[in-house]
Amino acid sequence: MQGKVYVVTSGKGGVGKTTATANIGTGLAALGRKVALIDADIGLRNLDVVLGLENRIVYDLTHVADGLCRLRQALIRDKRMEHLYLLPAAQTKDKTAVSPDQMQAICDELRDDFDFILVDSPAGIEQGFRNAIAGADDAIIVTTPEVSAVRDADRIIGLLESAGFEQDHRMLVINRLKPSMVRRGDMMDIDDVQEILSVPLLGVVPDDESIIVSTNRGDPAVLDQSSRAGQAFRNIVRRILGEEVPLMDLNDQNGFLARFRRLVGIG
Amino acid sequence: MDWLKFINPREEPSKDVAKERLRLLLIHDRASVAPQLLESLRGDLIAAITKYMDIDESGMEVNLENVGHSVVLMANIPIRRVKRGVQASL
Ligand SMILES: Nc1ncnc2c1ncn2[C@@H]1O[C@H](COP(=O)(O)OP(=O)(O)O)[C@@H](O)[C@H]1O
Ligand SMILES: [Mg+2]
Repeated sequence: MQGKVYVVTSGKGGVGKTTATANIGTGLAALGRKVALIDADIGLRNLDVVLGLENRIVYDLTHVADGLCRLRQALIRDKRMEHLYLLPAAQTKDKTAVSPDQMQAICDELRDDFDFILVDSPAGIEQGFRNAIAGADDAIIVTTPEVSAVRDADRIIGLLESAGFEQDHRMLVINRLKPSMVRRGDMMDIDDVQEILSVPLLGVVPDDESIIVSTNRGDPAVLDQSSRAGQAFRNIVRRILGEEVPLMDLNDQNGFLARFRRLVGIG
Repeated sequence: MDWLKFINPREEPSKDVAKERLRLLLIHDRASVAPQLLESLRGDLIAAITKYMDIDESGMEVNLENVGHSVVLMANIPIRRVKRGVQASL
């Protein structure tokens, strides 16, 4: 079986691409899938830090592209998940250090050994973006419910469309939703964003302090059973694996009922 | 219109403002990142109009413009001559 390549992209920076890549990848590996993560944000590598793997890097993506090492040598094994590997970005090069053709070749080589390959895209619509999408089958578009992020997501969706990603190869993750602001009418809700972008929804991740705590530690929140955002990412993982999982209730996150449900594991 | 706020102190929810701004913004964005869209529309307009009248294509302008709270398609098409006896086809 050949693995499937997803690019995680957004247009705007800081909306949660790296967080989503780390959590979805770790979540898939936790369910026994073989997963390779590629940090395509050359010059601003981050995925290693979110995964807590920054001290293990020897070779990176540009070494592989330039033939200075074999792909196997550059892959770093995760410290928690047996089947999770990271191909880190170079920190000292820029986005033109790799070409779309080289990226595609690397993705294709990984398909033989992995079930899922996730490419963490840099912000922007320039070569870094074109590299990141070059080898991908499907695109996960991350946005927050804010005007500028949704606008940039729309632009990215247009570019994906012209790059040949058909409607059923694009999916949306709405990140950092704040239920209390949605209730006040001060934040666009899921329907608003979906109506504007008209891309099938893969999941909604609440704004959650546990993301920052888990990033501090280098332990993705998806492994933290008490994290709300972690639950949202676990749901996304199951949807990627083909399960029908209803959207979690984002309301009353600190209410008694919610805490009780979490306690007994049905939240 | 500020006095309205005195009568109705409840402002429009900011998310509705956001949504409306996005709607207008994306009309412009989508049209401008695909210039061939307006070009192709221009071609279709010429084809439709020349059935009924001769126009000055060089003086023709087709643009999106903001008018109040909506985006309108503005077409400025100088007419040279209206054809005689054209039946509207049904
Ligand atoms: N659901 C969330 N709740 C709280 N903070 C988040 C959430 N998602 C992302 N963040 C924070 O937002 C910042 C940007 O996230 P990151 O994944 O690096 O974005 P990108 O890769 O798109 O630039 C990080 O500090 C991250 O911890
Ligand atoms: Mg990032």
